[in-house]
Parts: sequence; C-alpha cells; structure tokens
Amino acid sequence: MKRRSTKAPLTLEEIASDHNPENAEKWDLRLYVAGQTPRSITAFANLKHLCETHLAGRYTIEVIDLMKHPQLAAGDQIIAIPTLVRKLPQPIRKIVGDLRDTERALVGLQLRPGRN
Amino acid sequence: MLRTDNERNHLSERTLPKAPSGIAGLDEITFGGFPRGRPTLVCGSAGCGKTLLAMEFLVRGATQYQEPGVFMAFEETPEDLTKNVRSLGFDLNKLVKQKKLVIDFIRVERNEIDETGEYDLEGLFIRLNAAIESVGAKRVVLDTIEALFSGLQNEGILRAELRRLFRWLKDKGVTAVITAERGDGTLTRRGLEEYVSDCVLLLDHRVVDQVSTRRLRIVKYRGTTHGTNEYPFLIDEDGFSVLPITSLGLQHQVSDERISTGVPHLDAMLGGEGFYRGSTILVSGTAGTGKTSLSAQFAQAACERGERCLYLAFEESPGQLIRNMRSIGLDLGRSVKKGLLKVHSSRATFYGLEMRLAMIHKLVQQFEPDVIVVDPIGALTAAGTLRDTNLMIVRLIDFLKARGITAMLVNLTGSSESLERTQVEISSIVDTWILLRDVELGAERNRAIYVLKSRGMRHSNQLREFLITDQGVKLLDVYVGPEGVLTGSSRLSLEARERASSLAEEQETERKDRERRRKREALEAKIIALRKEFEIEDVESALVASEEAARIDQLGRDRDAMAISRQADRGNGVERPRRKLNSK
Repeated sequence: MKRRSTKAPLTLEEIASDHNPENAEKWDLRLYVAGQTPRSITAFANLKHLCETHLAGRYTIEVIDLMKHPQLAAGDQIIAIPTLVRKLPQPIRKIVGDLRDTERALVGLQLRPGRN
Repeated sequence: MLRTDNERNHLSERTLPKAPSGIAGLDEITFGGFPRGRPTLVCGSAGCGKTLLAMEFLVRGATQYQEPGVFMAFEETPEDLTKNVRSLGFDLNKLVKQKKLVIDFIRVERNEIDETGEYDLEGLFIRLNAAIESVGAKRVVLDTIEALFSGLQNEGILRAELRRLFRWLKDKGVTAVITAERGDGTLTRRGLEEYVSDCVLLLDHRVVDQVSTRRLRIVKYRGTTHGTNEYPFLIDEDGFSVLPITSLGLQHQVSDERISTGVPHLDAMLGGEGFYRGSTILVSGTAGTGKTSLSAQFAQAACERGERCLYLAFEESPGQLIRNMRSIGLDLGRSVKKGLLKVHSSRATFYGLEMRLAMIHKLVQQFEPDVIVVDPIGALTAAGTLRDTNLMIVRLIDFLKARGITAMLVNLTGSSESLERTQVEISSIVDTWILLRDVELGAERNRAIYVLKSRGMRHSNQLREFLITDQGVKLLDVYVGPEGVLTGSSRLSLEARERASSLAEEQETERKDRERRRKREALEAKIIALRKEFEIEDVESALVASEEAARIDQLGRDRDAMAISRQADRGNGVERPRRKLNSK
C-alpha cells in the first residue's frame, strides 16, 4: 500500500473522478480468461459485483477468452489469468487474480485511494 | 580408454536423442547438442552472451536443421533483438517472413499490475502455445523468464507455474533453452536450476590482467557424457563459437612431401629437402638475428612455388615489412599483388587471446593458405597470461596441423633468457626448431644458424654462418679454428691468411721442383759424358789390340822369313832369331 505514495501524483482530473464518480467518464474494462474455469467464473462474478456497486450505469465489461482468441493475449501483454484491464479511463491498469479481495481491487482500479 | 569412451558416447546418443545447436564447437563438447525435447538452462552474469547463444540455437535450427523456433523475449523488444543480432549476420526478419521463427515480446511492468486473489500463468502458456503452433516450432527460447519474478509478486504461484511450464514444454516435445541471470553463489538468481535439471550450461566472462575471456562450462548434463572443462568461447561477426581445446586430438593426416625453406643451404641442412609439408617450424633467436628475414624468404619461396601464404605480423605493418624485405632483395609486394601472399598486421594486444585465435581461424578459413608465418608468436603473451597463451598456441598448432598447413612460428628470445627455451612452452610440440644466434667475436656480432631439432629427417649438426645479403639470406660454413668458431671479419682474415700461406707454399714447391729438375738434368748430362768417354776408350783399346795382333803377326812372318833365309834348324832356331830381332 505504501507503494502508492512513491508514485507520480494523480492529475487533477483523476482525483476529481476518483472522488466524484458521477462526473467521471465511461469505464471500459476487459476481463481476460482462459475457458470457463471456476476461477474465471469467480473473477467475472466479483467484477460484476464491484462494478454494480461502484460504477453502476457507466461501465462496459468485455470478456476475452484466450482459449478462443489466443492472438489477443499479446495486445495487452497478458501472462496471468484472469487479468482485468482498465482500458478507460487512462492510464491503463491491470489487476491479476480472481478479484476476491474487493478492497484491493478497488485500489487497483483507483476507485479508492491506496492509503486507506 | 578412448574406445570405451567412444562406445559410451554412442550408447548415450542412442539413449538420449540430442538436438544439434549448430554452434561451432558446442556440439563437440556436448557430444551432439542439447537434450532433444527437454529444457536446457543457460545461466551467466550480465553481458556474457546468454541471449546470443539462445538466439543462435534458434537461427541455426531454423536454417540448418529445419527446426523452426520461438523466441520468447522478456527483456528486449523484437526490434532490438533483430538489430543486436544483425551484427552476427542473422537476418531475423527474413526468418520471421519465412515462418521459421517467431519472436514474441512479453513485457511485465510491475507498476501497472496489481494482484488480488488467485491466478495462474495460463496467458503465457496460451501465447507460447499459439507461437509454437503458428510455425510448428521444435525449439523454444525463454529469455529471461526470471523477469516474471520482478513483475509478479506472488512467488508461490510463480514457482508452481514455472514448474508446470517446464513440464508442459517437455510434454510438447520442444527443445527449450531457458536463460537465467547468475545469482550470488548460486547458478541462477531465482533458483531455476531446481526446475530445469537436465542440462545446465554456465557462461562466464572473466577479466584477468585487463584482458577479458569468455568461458563456457557444462555444469551438468543428465544421461550423457560431456566435456567438463571450461571452454573459451567467442562472439564475433559469425556468431558464437566454442573452442574445445582437445577436440582435435592428434589424428591429423601427415604428409611425406617436403617443401623448400627458401634457402638452398638450409634445405641441405635438413636432409637436403627442407621441411615436411604440414609441419610446425619454430624459428627462435634474440633480437636482430634475422628471424623475420628468414621467415620472409620462406614465405616468398612458397609464393614462388605458387602456394598461398598467410603472414601474421604482430610487430610490423604490411608496408613496413615489404619495404624492409625489399632491402634484402625479397619482393614481397609482387606476391601480394598476385594474391598469393596476405600480410595481416595487428598489435597482439588489440584483441583478447580468444578473439585472436578465432580471428586466425577465420583468416585461415577465408584465405586457405598452404603456409603460415606467425611473427612473433611471443607477442601473443601480451594479450593474456602465459598459461592461456600456451593453450592458445597449442590449439593454433593443432588447428593448422589438422589442415595440413605448414606453420613457421617466430619466437623472440630475450637476451637474459636461455637460447634453447621459448617464452611460450611450445618447443616440445614443434617439429623443427631452427635456432638463430649471435656470435660475438673480434669486436663484431655475427649471426649463426643451427637446426636444434627436426623430427623425422636427418639434419645437419653443423653451425652455419647466417648472412643477410642483397640477394636474401645465405648460409656459409663456419670456420672452426683454435680460437673457436670464426665468423664475419675473423673468418675473412683467416681465409686471407690461408690464401697467402698457401700461395707461399706453392711457390716453395715450385722452386724445389725446379731445383730437382736442374739437378737431374745436370746428372743426366754427366752420365752422357761418361758414357761417351767410355765409348772412346772402347774404340781405342780395340785399336790397340788389333795393332798388337798385326805386329805379332808381322813378327811371326818376319821370323819365318828370316829362318827361311838362314835355313835354320826348324827345331831350336825359334828363340834366337827373336832375341836378335829384339836387339836390333
């Protein structure tokens, strides 16, 4: 968590979007999975729940199954499965894992400041 | 011993299939290459050539063994990789276009990745699998997979997944090379050797006395014999090459052909015919004894026979060598123009030893000389330790012998050193050793030449005077007088003295001859005179005798006449008339 403090400070817009979700732009999320494994199903369920709670009405989730489209793995430099990629808003963020720890996922998506 | 080793190798080749790396020398020490269908770990510190080794393994596989490959890069982008290996003559873009190679770059940035909950590396597997399937790859390189450790936090998951990855690679039946950074006191920083244990190569880049040498060692190779030494290796514009020190053995073909030394008199000292073709000749001597002149004349003689000669000059530039040799009547420039002579000059310290050896190998392979001159071989010690230099020179000699190239190695002996010793310990492995030395006498230094040894031929035991003239090198018999060996002016003055004394002797003999002749003539004249005298005496005495006979006859007749006139008694009147006659 301390790691965040060493990072470049957020821009004003980002801070604004963090604290006023209503004013923030659309969220474009991609979830990379490999087949219908229990872990990917869990990840999708966790993500869905998180988005409904914090980003209701302004998010899209695209699920990409690398089993079907292996060539898509290179684009977002996917190694680990499952991986959630926040395409929008910028900058790109990646969260690997099944998102079972909602707090950490929120921090990773910068929906919540890391210091908490 | 050798036989059982060979048998064991054959056995191991049968039981353990190998994928030839195509890297010069490496397949010799691994007895065939990397274990086929299994992962091999290549570890070493930064900048020791892991990536190049791995890349060459793929490129050679694709171009020489029809085995397409996949290069998974975790550290360099495909563009950088392509640029980096272009200097080695590898055109990765072409191979990619020909579907013989896939380069996939995996970037792992920790600062944009957060982790929450369980995950696996299926994404990596899928990418790798897709790449392998796209070209039907038989070879895979993961360079450097440890980068994952810096990108992902959960080491437990990572290790389990790596274990699964290597097993998966084995199941795929691809021959894989995994590179890893060397750790502190361990082979790899992250302990990858735990997972990849069939074959482990260690690359090393050491700097000793400010000269760097790269070395390779096979730490382990399960199920097969392998060379266990540290082998020097090089990276140059032709790629990676490992130099197995003993790989050549001593089984080179020998030739009975003899070639001239370029100095007729020296040929005569060497059984009348000169050196054996393909033999190694050492010319040693102190400074200024004419080593370069002798070897230049040898080189020129080879070119005049229409042979090709490579002259490695570590102390003179080609121009300087040609100019200097012109002063003794050797027109090396002509041979250079004809393309028969190649003078290659470079300071010995310009390259490290290994680089130097490889450079000589390459020059030899390109120029294909019949004869090679290395002048001076001792200069190579400047580029490495004495021990390393010895090894290198032995390897060089083996290499040249295996190719049937006659090599003349020039060695400078320091003034304080024993003459019959070389700075580099090669005296025992050369076939012919020619010693050039100074003879100091009568306020002069002159040169002498001696054949210290020459294997397999009768050679002269004589010391000869060695002259450098306008017409090249000449040998003269040495005068051995009561004062010892005479050379130069002393020899000339002795020759003059001998000429003078022999003239005097000649004159003396002539004089004696004349005397004898005169004496004989005088004697002969005397003999003739005596004989004449004798003849005269003979005639006179004959005359006297006949007169006497006539007188007696007359006397008889007178007495008879008187007796008749006196009518003397014939019986006793004989005495008286004689007395009467006498008294008359």
